[in-house]
Amino acid sequence: MGEYEARVHSAFGGERPRAEEAETLAWLIRRNGLEMTHLSRGSHIGSIFSVAEIIAVLYSGVLRLRPEEPKWPERDRLILSKGHAGSAVYSALAERGFFPVEELKEHYANGSRLSGHVSHKGVPGVEVSTGALGHGLPIGAGLALGARMDGETWRTCVVLGDGECDEGAVWEAALQAAQYGLDRLVAVVDYNHMQSLDFVEKTLRLEPFEAKWRDFGWNAWSCDGHDIPALREAFDWAWQNAGSGKPSVILAHTVKGKGVSFMENNILWHYRTPQGEEYEAALQELEAQRP
Amino acid sequence: MRDAFVRALLREMAQDPRVVLITGDLGFGVLRPVKEQYPDRLINAGIAEQSMVGLAAGLAMTGRKVVVYSIGNFPTLRPLEQIRNDCAYHGLDVKIVCVGGGFVYGSLGMSHHATEDMAILRAIPEITCFTPGDPAETEAAVPVMFATPGTCYLRLGRGNEPYAHEEKIIDWTFPQSVRLREGKDIALLSAGGILVELKRAAEQLAEMGVSAEVVSFPCLKPMDREAILEIAARHRDIITVEEHNIVGGFGSAVCEVIAESGAGSRVHRLGLEDCFTTVVGDQAYLRHVYGMDAEAIVKKTMEIIGKR
Repeated sequence: MGEYEARVHSAFGGERPRAEEAETLAWLIRRNGLEMTHLSRGSHIGSIFSVAEIIAVLYSGVLRLRPEEPKWPERDRLILSKGHAGSAVYSALAERGFFPVEELKEHYANGSRLSGHVSHKGVPGVEVSTGALGHGLPIGAGLALGARMDGETWRTCVVLGDGECDEGAVWEAALQAAQYGLDRLVAVVDYNHMQSLDFVEKTLRLEPFEAKWRDFGWNAWSCDGHDIPALREAFDWAWQNAGSGKPSVILAHTVKGKGVSFMENNILWHYRTPQGEEYEAALQELEAQRP
Repeated sequence: MRDAFVRALLREMAQDPRVVLITGDLGFGVLRPVKEQYPDRLINAGIAEQSMVGLAAGLAMTGRKVVVYSIGNFPTLRPLEQIRNDCAYHGLDVKIVCVGGGFVYGSLGMSHHATEDMAILRAIPEITCFTPGDPAETEAAVPVMFATPGTCYLRLGRGNEPYAHEEKIIDWTFPQSVRLREGKDIALLSAGGILVELKRAAEQLAEMGVSAEVVSFPCLKPMDREAILEIAARHRDIITVEEHNIVGGFGSAVCEVIAESGAGSRVHRLGLEDCFTTVVGDQAYLRHVYGMDAEAIVKKTMEIIGKR
């Protein structure tokens, strides 16, 4: 076994923690994300790490899904609108059995179906391809409107980035979703307070963010986006808002690069790819957290 | 064409409960019958075109056929990325309908002149582009559009247009072109509502002893390549006319077919010559000023014939 094969095997093959628990799935999202960005020399590890618990909670009980039947008509729909954290969704889907975990090694690779930004083409479980920001919430509003017209009770969840909320289309959809009273639509903002070049506060300020959503006619809730019980409580609240006549937003406060000390709150890791000593150091930190 | 579209749409909505209509806060008078007959299937997205098209994509994902209706460049250029990424890439049944292709809203100014839409929309994969030439072609094209899976673009003119065809109801086979007139001296080809100018030009040319063939292309993409090659085999000169920039539009599409085939015909493109309009005026006035009306077509034809 060569060095590459050994690395792939240790990351994606052999003994691995089972992903039933959200805590374990969050760790696997980070561990896979490190390996995927390392092997592919890919970007956005900071965003993958900040959204890890949000995605993990969604894929371990919060969303009603059937891995063996990805197109189950009554499933809840998830849209990862911040498509650059696609690795987190690919990981969750693979770990939950939608496709083989081993395939994660092909993320970004020539000829692969696992594009850097999340794509639905040929990938079981991905509802919507994204990558250009500001597209997910309008589509989610359309899904929620269609479900209501059909009298269906499945729910639509859209995960947004905070930087993404610079996009006008997010607020167009926020107006529409409130106007149409789409109370089975839930938006979650991965509020890591950083965007591509700088802090959100220094780019286009979003605060008072919760008040903005409320003023747009939404139910709003803030929580620690790395605290799994707090996230579960937030989603319980959001699902219970069905019947309120308003869409709901969860502002999940997170830390960009969460889980690796030198990546946390460091803008460098929006684009930087983990290689060499940095990769080894990150691996060591994550392995120390292995469940 | 607008009224022909609404008639055909209402027939479609009566037959197929999956058809819903989203408007970008436009079409008050035109959409009234839809509002009266199908209030639950008419959604006003407000003046928010990007989100309107995303909303259409989401609705289409729930098994609906979604018509997005607006005017000029609003349903095309403004939400272009949503059309490309959300609708076409996902293969969704979203039908983008533009009222006001070309200079329909001439007096309103450059913002309302839809003169690049054909070039831009046909460059996106997996979008079928319909460009009917008159109300008869519109009524024939609309049911075909609804029967065509995936994302479609329908470019319409305005209301109360003259018919270019003799009959108000025509048989049309997708994606074929339609020959309105036989002729041996020159071929006049068009896509969209400029067709009536070709018909007038051919009538004037006939009085001058010149026999002009007139062919309309109600479908811009896919192109009726066979017809173009067949026309090219019979004509030394082909004039394409479009109420649109000559860059990338219908004339360009005809050139692509002919150049790749090795046919020897020369294509002369009439249209807006890669410029913005600098004056306003009604549709007929702007067609005249920018050299795409019957008079310009006759002049171009006589120039070509004079050089033979």
